[in-house]
Formats: sequence, structure tokens, C-alpha cells
Amino acid sequence: MDTAVTTRPCLINVKGCRQAYHKDANADLVVLDDVNLTLHEGEIVALLGRSGSGKSTLLRIVSGLLKPTAGEVTWRGKPVSGPTDGVAMVFQSFALFPWLTVQENVEIGLEARGVHRSERENRAETAIDMIGLGGFENAYPKELSGGMRQRVGLARALVVHPDLLLMDEPFSALDVLTAETLRTDLIDLWMDGKLPVKSVLMVTHNIEEAVLMCDRILVFSSNPGRVATELKVPFPHPRNRLDPDFRQLVDDIYGIMTRRPPAGPRAATATPISPLAMPLHRVGTNIMSGLMETLAAEPYNGRADLPALANSLQYEVDDLLPLGETLQLFRFAVLEEGDILLTDLGRTYVEGDTDQRKRIFSEALRQHVPLANMIRQVLDERWNHRASAVRFRDELEDHMSPDYAADTLRTLIGWGRYAELFSYDEEAEQFGLEDIE
Amino acid sequence: MSATTRYSMAAGWRLPNIWDLVAFVCVIGALVGVGHVAAGTLTRIDAPGATQITLDPLNLPVYAVRTTLRMFAALAASLLFTFTYGTAAAKSRRAALVLVPVLDVLQSVPILGFLTFTVVFFMNLFPGQVLGLELAAIFAIFTSQAWNMAFSMYQSLKTVPADLYEASISFHLTSWQRFWKLEVPFATPGLVWNTMMSMSGGWFFVVASEAVSVGDNTWKLPGIGSYVALALEEKDIVAVGWAILAMLVVILAYDQLLFRPLVAWSAKFRFETTAGATASDPWMLRLMRRTRLLHFIGERVGDMAATIGGMRLSFTGRVRSMASPEPSKAVDAVWIAVLLALVSMATWRVVSFASEAISWADVGEAVGLGLITLLRVVVLMILASVIWVPIGVWLGLRPIWARRAQPIAQFLAAFPANLLFPPFVLFIVYFHLSPDIWLTPLMVLGTQWYILFNVVAGAAAFPGDLKEAAANFRIGGFLWWRKVIIPGIFPYYVTGAITASGGSWNAAIVAEVASWGDTKLQAHGLGAYIADATDKGDMARVVLGVVVMSTFVVLFNRLLWRPMYAYAQRRLTLG
Repeated sequence: MDTAVTTRPCLINVKGCRQAYHKDANADLVVLDDVNLTLHEGEIVALLGRSGSGKSTLLRIVSGLLKPTAGEVTWRGKPVSGPTDGVAMVFQSFALFPWLTVQENVEIGLEARGVHRSERENRAETAIDMIGLGGFENAYPKELSGGMRQRVGLARALVVHPDLLLMDEPFSALDVLTAETLRTDLIDLWMDGKLPVKSVLMVTHNIEEAVLMCDRILVFSSNPGRVATELKVPFPHPRNRLDPDFRQLVDDIYGIMTRRPPAGPRAATATPISPLAMPLHRVGTNIMSGLMETLAAEPYNGRADLPALANSLQYEVDDLLPLGETLQLFRFAVLEEGDILLTDLGRTYVEGDTDQRKRIFSEALRQHVPLANMIRQVLDERWNHRASAVRFRDELEDHMSPDYAADTLRTLIGWGRYAELFSYDEEAEQFGLEDIE
Repeated sequence: MSATTRYSMAAGWRLPNIWDLVAFVCVIGALVGVGHVAAGTLTRIDAPGATQITLDPLNLPVYAVRTTLRMFAALAASLLFTFTYGTAAAKSRRAALVLVPVLDVLQSVPILGFLTFTVVFFMNLFPGQVLGLELAAIFAIFTSQAWNMAFSMYQSLKTVPADLYEASISFHLTSWQRFWKLEVPFATPGLVWNTMMSMSGGWFFVVASEAVSVGDNTWKLPGIGSYVALALEEKDIVAVGWAILAMLVVILAYDQLLFRPLVAWSAKFRFETTAGATASDPWMLRLMRRTRLLHFIGERVGDMAATIGGMRLSFTGRVRSMASPEPSKAVDAVWIAVLLALVSMATWRVVSFASEAISWADVGEAVGLGLITLLRVVVLMILASVIWVPIGVWLGLRPIWARRAQPIAQFLAAFPANLLFPPFVLFIVYFHLSPDIWLTPLMVLGTQWYILFNVVAGAAAFPGDLKEAAANFRIGGFLWWRKVIIPGIFPYYVTGAITASGGSWNAAIVAEVASWGDTKLQAHGLGAYIADATDKGDMARVVLGVVVMSTFVVLFNRLLWRPMYAYAQRRLTLG
């Protein structure tokens, strides 16, 4: 099958793609770095990665919505310079026009191409029936459930008969059951050759979804986004989630995604990494305690398999990995080949009462998060024990995008308040030491 | 469009019905009215009856039609302005640099002060014809309607959801198609609401703009405004009553025939993903949907709009990718240089003009009078809040009453307060009261309702669980007001108060001077100063007064309302 696919015509080819946002004073913020991707007819490919790994950016580059800072994108051998003609997109948020009916939403791509009204209506009917929306033609999106809305999104993309269907986390806004139905419906249509597309490229952060649906998976690493590994999924459709080989592949991918980045290339960068250049995940202290307590208790007794843990908690990679990494940052737990292990410090934390927990957390925070320590030092030095948050945010923004900087600061404020390391006045945007002993 | 088609088939009204007859009469009536007015505008200004009016109530229907058409002509101009100016400001970064602040200032400038000069301008365009006067009146009304509509458009265009924008690009909609399929629909609910507000605001100017005097000549265009002006001159209180009645009928008519259906229809464009509680359709919309004739017309219009909007026109050639090239620094520099040159030229003109005609004493006088008017506005806002907030809360917490009160409050806001001046003036004259104090309430007569209906809306939207929590913890009395309901309605209150205070400033020009026959009441204040200067045709002092007033309004907004609004948005909204 592999050789069969690679001999088929190449649809899209991305070479040496790099996407960076320019920052005035400092180095560029690199979102994607040296990414290569080739897509042939007849395959479903997943871009799998954590949020912030640039996979959605790559999808937008492929679709022609975004022009890469450097690198070459070709569509059937010709360079891409604007929205590509043979490409249609399905959005995570559905992106339906709320003032158009299902029928009108589906027709919009055809209308833009100037297709005549009667033909438009015929083709829309066909797509609507195929995707299981028959009878809903006159409904407005707000009358539909999430699953039905995404079906409209799919019909709208399919009706233009694109060569390549792009899907940006198409099922992540849906509940578990609805998402599963849509996935199997789509795969069934694909296997029956009823989908009027040649190839599908989808972005996801759900490992099982990628293994369930795709022929090939590109696993992305974060900061900056790179293709860490490329995997082939050798199982025939329909796939069984409980099959041991299926489970093993999911496990392997967890292992890849929790692998620490090799130290080499980081040290080699020209500018020294500042202690502040550390984006923090938005993870609350309650959920950290909760996970540690779960890990300490039966049946895990201090060690858990990540996919199994994710399953039992109904978490996706995007929820679980940041949490695990944050615990690792505080040395409360260690991530190892798709497993998570509670450390002795983590165990002590779980066994402590509120005050003891706060003390342990506070120490860990000062020790492992330089920014927290720095804020406290500044506050101790000032005569009025107050410091503006803006200054710290500005410093963070030298090293990361404004969104990440704001998130990082917000997370840090939560942690610092819990640890009673400092207080924060939202109105004045100032750190302080009020109510801190 | 297909949705409405199916609706009619389902409803099964196949034969012409009684509604068709009603609709037919309405359409013919409207056509006759338009034709009549169109003929009137082409007559010469000195033709008999062209600019004379009588107080015979039988003439009122004709006057009412002419006034209404003037207002809709202004509305059409405002819409044109909105679509061009608002769009340009939102689409071009360089244009926005100029257009947005200009709009902001225009919003706070009391254009009423310039009325005399615009009349002269338009009369010189069409010497000796009624058309010049008509255009001047329409222009005056336009200036009261256009700014907030353009602003609403600009703000909507700036907040089009990113995913829909991306979808429209990835499905190859041209910029023309995107404008009509995405941007205009997204802007529609806000625009309809602002259009309604503009119509109400326009009435204020109708009375002032239909009867104008330039030098020794006074012209009265046939219309409700001049009818009122004449009634005031001739001390005919019965005629004033007739005028109020006529205006009531007109407002009711366009409210029921046009705005209710428009608001209900525009709900479909509201950007929300959950189905909310929908109010029942107003009768006019039902009529439109059920009547074969009107339905047919509506469908044709809709189809035509769809065809025009669907044309694959593009302003920028081929659809560009979203990441446009880095903006050129050189072009920016040139652009800013051009702007600076224009600004310095304008500054020089203003300074040289002002230094000839205005002394520092004049400026001091205007600022002093401005402070008096400021005091009035502040006192009125406090009074109106003390009165209407408790009433609004009381109404808002009782859904049945809220539903009854809301349309009444909106109607009162739409009602031009200057029609209610005559009784006030009579009252002041009769009891020999001080105009400085007793003319003041006229300033909020029309605008206080914004506070009321926003507070009612806020109290009605107050979360039920918070109400229950307050009751559960037995929070009552003053504590309840301070910690529960006032913070809960505050964002709504601020929205209403901003509108009310802005309106009050504008109203000062009309409200600080009132006359009844030969009796002329004048309060001390900036409004009276501008009105006085306008009467005398003293350009320099009009400009001075207007500049000082605009400065007051802008400062008042920037220093008080904006921070309050930001605070309310930041701290007192959930989520």
C-alpha cells in the first residue's frame, strides 16, 4: 500500500517551511521550523501535536490562507500564492454563517465560484443527503446540535469536490459519542469511495483519533514546531481500538510525545536561554493535587500508563500532558516512555495537610520557576512591597508571544496566590505582599 | 430566500386575501405621497404656498408626510455614508488613522449650531428653488443620524469572527461577496438598532431645521416642524396639541410598519450559536410573510440583493492570501507627512481666523458658560438616576411589568422632547419662575428614558441564581442595593447614562432658549450662547461655542464615562 501511495500523483509539497512572527527588539518568535510535508492522492494524514506546536498554522499554510515566512509550498507542482483552488476546509468551530440556512451554507462555496443556481441546488442536495443532513435543509445553524453543525461544515467542504479536504481539529468541540459517530461515518464514506475528495489532511491533538482514522501520522514537537516523527498506521479499516497492536501504537505515540527534547539544538542557539523564557501551562493547583492523589491511590500506586489514565479520566493529550509536565517541573512526578511516576516529594505532598502542602508547593515554586522567585525578590527589596505586573509581562513578551506571556503570568499568579508567595491586585495590576506572613 | 418560499407554501395562502387589500392600499398611498412631495420640491421658493404654512389641522397629514419623507431621505443618505465611510475606516489602516477620530469628534459636535450656514450653502446651490431649502433640512437631519450608524458599522466590521473570515476566504468568496455575505449581515443587528436611535434623534432636528431664518428672511418648509414653530409664534396651544398628535401617529406608524419588523427580522443575523427565546413576530412581518403581493415583492427584492451580493466582483483583483505583505514603512511615512501638512494648514487657518474675531475674553466667557451647562448636565444625570434607577429595577425584576414598560420607554425616547417645551414655557411664564433653573429639565426630557430602559433591561437580565442567593442569605435593604443589584445593573446603567448625557449636551442648544409668542426665555449657558450667536449670524462665536462644547463633551466622555464603562466591563460582568 505504501509504494502504491507514493507512486500516486503528489498533491501538496511543503519544503523547508518556517513561520515566525517578528518581534521588534528581540529574536523572532518561531512557530514552525524547517517543516517538510508531502501529500499524495489517496491517503489520510494526521498532523498530531500539542496546542502551540504550529500544526494549525501548517494547515493554514497548506490551504493558502497564510504565507510562510520562508520555504516553498507547491500544489500539484505549482507554487501556492493565495487560497488554493482544489482545497476545502472544515473548521474546529464549524465557522457556519448563522444567518444562512443549512442549504445556503452548503451552497456558499459554489456560489463563490459562480456555479449556476440550479446546479448549485442539485449538488448541495447530494452533499446534504450524503452527509446525513437530509430534512435539515431549511434549519439555521443555531437550531442544530454540535454534531449536526459539523456535518454542515463537512457538507459545505465536500460540495465543492475538493481534491484535498483539510480538517482543523474537526471533532474536538463535540462530545465523545457524537465525535465517534462522525469519525466512523466519515471513514465509511472514504472506504466506500463516496467522498468526492482525493486526500484528507487533518489536525488533531487526539492520539487515538489519529490512529483510528489516518494512514500516516506526523507527530509535532513544540517550541518551535517541528515534525518530531513520522509514523505509518498499517491497520486496515475498520479499526478496533481494543486491538493490542492498536493499543501498542497509541502507547508508542504517547512515549514520543512525552520524550524530553534533546538538549543539543537548544544549547547551540546563539542567544543564551533566559530563565524567563519558560512558558507555563495553564494548570491549576487543584487539578495538580487531584492528579497526584489519583496517582498515589489504587489502582495506580504511584505509576500510571498515560493512555489508560487519559481514558479513565476522559482526558485528551492536550489536557493530560501539560498537567504531567507541570508536575515534572515541580519534581512531583516524572514522565517516562508513556508512563507517569509519582516521586517521593509528590507522595509527601499528597500525605500533607493544607499548610504542609502549601509549604512544599511554595518551596518547589521558588526553586523551579525562576520568575516566581524573581517576583518575590523584587517585592522583598521594595520599600512598599509592590511591583507592577506589566514589567514582568513585558519581559516575558521578549521571549514568547503575547498570548503565551499573558497565560504564563496568569498561571503564575494563581500558583503564587496558592503558595502565599505573593498577593496580586487585579485592578492595579500589581504584585504585593499583603496578607502574606 | 428558499426558506421564505417554503414558509409561504406551508402557510398555504394561495389566493389573494384581505391582507393583500390592506397592503395594496398602503403601497398606493405611499406612492401618491412620494409623488406629491417630489412635485413640491421643484416649485420656486416664492411660489404661493411653497414656503407658507397654516395652522389648519387639516393640512397636518400632508405636512406629516413631507416631514417623514425628509427624514427617510436623510436616513438613506446616512446609510450610504455608513456603508462607505464606516467600511473605509474599517478596511484601510491608513484611512482609519484619520476617519475614526474625525467621526468621534463629529459625534460630539452640536451640528445644530451650524444650521444657518448650511442653509445658505444649499440655497446657493439651487438659487430660488425649494430644493435648496429641502436639501438643507435633510442635511441637518442627516447630521443627527449618520455618525452613530457609521460607528456601529465600523465596530461590527472590526469584530467579524476570525473563523468566519477564514471560511469565506478559503471558500474563495471575493471581497465583494464577502462584504455582502459576511460583513453586512454581521453588522445588521447593530445597524438596525442604531438606525432606530437615529430616527428618534432626527426629530429633534426636524423642528429646528424646517423653519429657518437667514438674515431678515424666514422660510418655513411645509412640515410638522414648521407647524410647531408657527404655533409657538402665534401662541396657539391647540395647534401644538394637534402637532403632537400628528407626530404620535407618524412615530407609531413607522415604528409598527418598519422598525418592529426590521428588528425582528434582523434577529436572524445576531451572532449567537444557541437558539434563544424568540419573541413573536410583529404583525407587519406576519403581513409581509402572508400577503402574496408583499411577499412576492419581498422575495424579488431579496433575490435581487442576493444576485448583486453574489456577483464575483473583487476590489483587489485576485483574492489575496490573508498574510498581506508587511506594510510599507515608506508609504506610511509619506501618508503621515501629508496628514501633518493638512493638520498644520488647518491649524493655521483656524488660528488666523480666530485671532481676528475672537478675544481671550470671548473664550473665557464661553468656557464659563460651558461650566454652567456642565453643572446642569451633572445635576440632571444625578436626578434622573435617582429617580429612574429604582423604578427601572422595580420594573425589571417583574418580568410582566418589564415587558409592558420596555416599549413605552423606547417610545418615549423616540418622542422629540422639544414638542413638550410649550407647556413648560407656559408654566414658567405663568408662575414667573427662573429660567436658569426651570428650563434645565427640558434638557433631559427626551434623554432620561435611555437610563430607564437600560436599567430595566439590566434588572431583567439579572441572574436568577444570584437573586435566589441574595434571598437565601437574607440580604435586604441598603446592603441589597449596594452589593447586589447596583453592581448587577451597572454596565447597563452606564450604557444608558452615556447616551443620555450626550443627548443632553446637544439638547442644551434648544433647551436653554425657549419662546412663546413674543416671550423669550433664556437661561445662562453654552447652549443659549450658541443659539444666540446662530440667530445673529455671528460665525466666529458659533464656531467658538461649538468648539468649547465639543471639548466639554469629549473630555466628559474620556474622563468619566469611558473609564466607568471599562471598569463595568472588566469587573462587573460575569465570565
